[in-house]
Formats: sequence, C-alpha cells, structure tokens
Amino acid sequence: MSEVKKMATRDAYGQALAKLGAEKTDLVVFEADLAAATKTGVFRKAFPERHFECGIAEGNMMAVAAGAASMGLVPFASSFAMFAAGRAFEQVRNSIGYPHLNVKIGATHGGISVGEDGASHQCCEDFALMRSIPGMVVLCPSDAVEAEAAVRAAYEHVGPVYLRFGRLAIPVFHDENKFKFEIGKGETLTEGTDVAIIATGLMVYEALEAAEALKAEGVQARVINMCSVKPLDEALVLKAARECGRIVTAEEHSIIGGLGEAVCAVVAESGVPCKVKRVGVNDEFGHSGPAVPLLKQFGLSAENICKAAKEL
Amino acid sequence: MTELEKKDLAVKATKVRMGIIEGTHAAKAGHPGGSLSAADMFTYLYFKELRVDPADPKNPDRDRFVLSKGHTAPGLYAALALRGFFPWEDLLTLRQIGSHLQGHPNMNLTPGVDMSTGSLGQGVSCAAGMAKAAKYMGKTCRVYTLLGDGEIEEGEVWEAFMFAAHYKLDNFVAIVDKNGLQIDGPTKDVMDSGDIAAKMRAFGFEVMEINGHDFDEMEAAFQKAKETKGKPFGIVMHTVKGTGVSYMTNSVEWHGKAPNDAEYEIAMGELNAHLAELEAK
Repeated sequence: MSEVKKMATRDAYGQALAKLGAEKTDLVVFEADLAAATKTGVFRKAFPERHFECGIAEGNMMAVAAGAASMGLVPFASSFAMFAAGRAFEQVRNSIGYPHLNVKIGATHGGISVGEDGASHQCCEDFALMRSIPGMVVLCPSDAVEAEAAVRAAYEHVGPVYLRFGRLAIPVFHDENKFKFEIGKGETLTEGTDVAIIATGLMVYEALEAAEALKAEGVQARVINMCSVKPLDEALVLKAARECGRIVTAEEHSIIGGLGEAVCAVVAESGVPCKVKRVGVNDEFGHSGPAVPLLKQFGLSAENICKAAKEL
Repeated sequence: MTELEKKDLAVKATKVRMGIIEGTHAAKAGHPGGSLSAADMFTYLYFKELRVDPADPKNPDRDRFVLSKGHTAPGLYAALALRGFFPWEDLLTLRQIGSHLQGHPNMNLTPGVDMSTGSLGQGVSCAAGMAKAAKYMGKTCRVYTLLGDGEIEEGEVWEAFMFAAHYKLDNFVAIVDKNGLQIDGPTKDVMDSGDIAAKMRAFGFEVMEINGHDFDEMEAAFQKAKETKGKPFGIVMHTVKGTGVSYMTNSVEWHGKAPNDAEYEIAMGELNAHLAELEAK
C-alpha cells in the first residue's frame, strides 16, 4: 500500500470541534486539565468563552456536563479514555446515560497505542463499559476523516455519545470529499467472500493491510470498518457471516466486552453457521513502550489478523 | 414574613409530611427520616423561593432544583404534588411498577423534577453545571441543590464546590441538611464531617447556618444568597431527622424504613392533630 498522510484521530477531534463550534453556538467543551493532549485546546483557542476547564475532577466534569445539557447546551466533555469511561463510569451511567442527556464524551488516548505512559493509562475496557449503558452510542473512528465526520454526527445525534480517539498518528485513508458517515452503519472497504475482517479504530488500516497480504496468497478478504461499535450494523455483520462464513474481528481493546464479543453475539444468535476469531488485547494489562512496537507485541497488527484468518 | 404566611407554610409543611408517610407506607419502602428533616425546606422552596410554574414545568427560564440527596424523593414528590405538578393521589403509587414516582427522582418521568439523582454526590455537580450553563446562556434563573450531611462524605461534592467557587456561581445555592444521622449511625461516628460551614467557606462559599425548621431564618438566608455576588452561597441547615412523627424523631432506624399499618396510623394521627392545631390558630 502506498504511503499515506498520517494524523492522530485526537488531532482531528480538536479540529472538528473548532470547525463545528464556528457553526453551532450551543456547542460547549468541558475539559479536565488535558486540553493540550485531548486537543480541545484547539477549540479553546477559537472559543475561549465556551471552553470550560474543570480541573482534574473527571467525575464532577461528567455530571457538570449533564447539568449543562439539561439547560439546552450540547457539551463535549473530554479526558483520556481511562478517566472518561473508567474513573467517571458511574457519573456517565447515572447522570448522563440514565436521564439520556445530550452529552458527547470525547475520550482520547484509547487503547495500547498510548505507548510510553503504560498500563495505568492504556484503556482497553472502555467499549465494554460504555456499550453496557442503555442508549449510549459508541464510536471509534478509523482515521482523521472519519473522526471529523463522527464528531459532526455525534453533535447531530440527540442523546449521549461516547467517542474514542487515539494518540498515535495513523494513516488517513478515507477521501474526505466522498466520505459519508452514519451512526449504526458499517463501511465495506474491500469485497471478498473467503473471510470477513470486521475492525474498528486503528485496526481498520491493519485490516486493509492484512487483506492485501491475504490477496497475495489468493484469499479474498472483505474488510468492514465498524466505527459504530454501538449501535452495531447487525445486518452488515450477518451478511458477512452468510457470505463469508468466517469472521475475524480486530480492535484495540480487550477481547472481553468489545467489538469482537458484540459480533459474536449477533452471529451466535442468528443461527448462521460462521466461525469467528477475535483479535484484540488478550485479557492482560499493557505496559510502557513506543506505540508501534507495542501494538505488534500485543498482536494488534496486520500479521496477527492474517494469522487469525488462516486459522479459521 | 407575616404570621399568616408562616402559618400557611407550616400547614403546607405538615401536609408534605403527611404525603411522605402516605407514600412510604403505600410503597412499603422508602426514606422517611431525611424526607421529614427537609420537609420544611421543600415547602419553603416550592411555595416561596423557586420561580416555577406547575402549568409549564419545562419553562426554559425557570429556577432549577436538584435533589442531590435523591433518596429523600418522597419529600420532594409531596411538595411537587401539593404545588400542583401532579395529582396528590399519585403519591400512593410511589415505587410501584408503572408509576412515574421512582424510588429516586427521574427527570424524564416526573413533572417538576429537574435532574435524575440518587447516586450521592452527583446531583450537586449537575446543579453546578446548570448554574454555569445559565451564566453562559445569559439566563437569570437560579439553581438550588439540597445535599445530605452524610452525602458530603463523597469527594465529588467538594469537586463540585470547588467548581462553583472557581466560576463564581452566585446563581447557585447549596443547602446541606445537617440532621446528624446516616444509615450506619450518627454522622460524627461514621465519618465526622466536622464544621461543614467552615469547610464550605474555605472552599469559597458565602455561608449561613440556620435552623432548618424555621421559615424566618430560611427567608433571611435566601435573601442573603441573592445579595451575595461573585461567589456561591451555602446554607447549612440544622435539622432533626424524622421531624413531625414522634417515633421517627432523631432515629437512625427510620432512615430507610417504611411505617407498617399500625405505625402509619400513629404517624397520621400525630400529623392530623398538628394540622388541626395549626388551623385552629
């Protein structure tokens, strides 16, 4: 695959907020002392009067955002995934999810690719936590173009949305002039009926690379980008199950409770005969190191997707 | 406040207490103790202080009230019903399947409820967020929240207090119901919160300590709250848990227990007698 431009989805998040903020005056941002890292600082520069610093108090921030949403504003509340979904889980569950308030949670630094900060900051549990909240939409964009589109879709959606962005600069492979995004819809990137690879976040590009490698060996892989972890595009999953009979899921998340299990549930309950293999973090904590080798070490790679595909 | 106004509030507060007993008795569950300690405050808020309209409960410019100590919903519900937000008879459906009156307040089900609460420490944050939003939006509405003195053991309460002071939320009033009792016993034994007023002052609040069963003192505190600029206002109200029902008074046992039929008769007898006494004045 040819060299493509790289950008972290967190950067796209900051830019999307600033762009959208120019159009929507009810869009406000709450931040927990990480504006330079979550990139809400980009929004703060453009709209300082609408960027509310909450200090290092993520639980309070989520409930504050809920209160602001109840007044008619559309808050984006930001922190690292670990603290947004983890530390503030109960505030998100009870003060945002239960009353179904219109809060968008912009969680950056999801997954192993946080890198050097290590396991304490490498959140691989956020899909599991957020998926379990009734009415919560969970999105994990695969590149900068999709990230911007997801921010816009989250704003337009009435109700709580969890957006997971990454720290690492990753290839931008979508064409922003043609790309259309819809919550609850997957995107078929390559056609094939030998195996389907259903991936989310930075694993989508790995899936595309895996498909290339498999093609060289005569295996036609269908790559599906599943940014919308919840609601899941069940029809697209079942179509893949019926037409391919083999599915590999790929996510930068624990194999417990994430996209892989969501796909397994849909396939198992459908009665469609289909084998599934989950590529993800195998029930273990991460550790420090540069992101790229770390991802490989934890099996979050095109090679490992190929291996899983061949094992099916 | 005139004697007539005070008498009227006392009558209403007694009716709110009857609503609390009616609801928890019918539900065979719920939290009468802390509902009764705050019954006078619920009454004052809904009949004197809050700019709210039962005919237009979602008016965007209304004052907001967040019951951060959400388990005392029976007291809030009784005040809302008495104020006309929904029929008084609904109180008998408390905690029943199909009722809009959940065990803890739900803003999407019950007219007049401004925030879903129940998990302690969160309502106060929501209220601070409302006050911050109101300021940003240029609204003149005020936001009130009621906390328990056990609830303030939650660290989030102090995060919210810091936020309110940092943003100079002078449209925000945090009321602490200091009844001195929580589930496991006297608050000073479970986790001594010490001088709550001093702590709130240290966090940047203007604070008044009042008798939470005295309407004159409430009026003075809310007046001072409106005059206070550039900082949030705190009211530490000293109350007696279970006030109005003899056997519930100052008793840990009645934090979260409903009266049985015999206990219900005694409570309603006492409250009816008190009501007759007030009305005869």
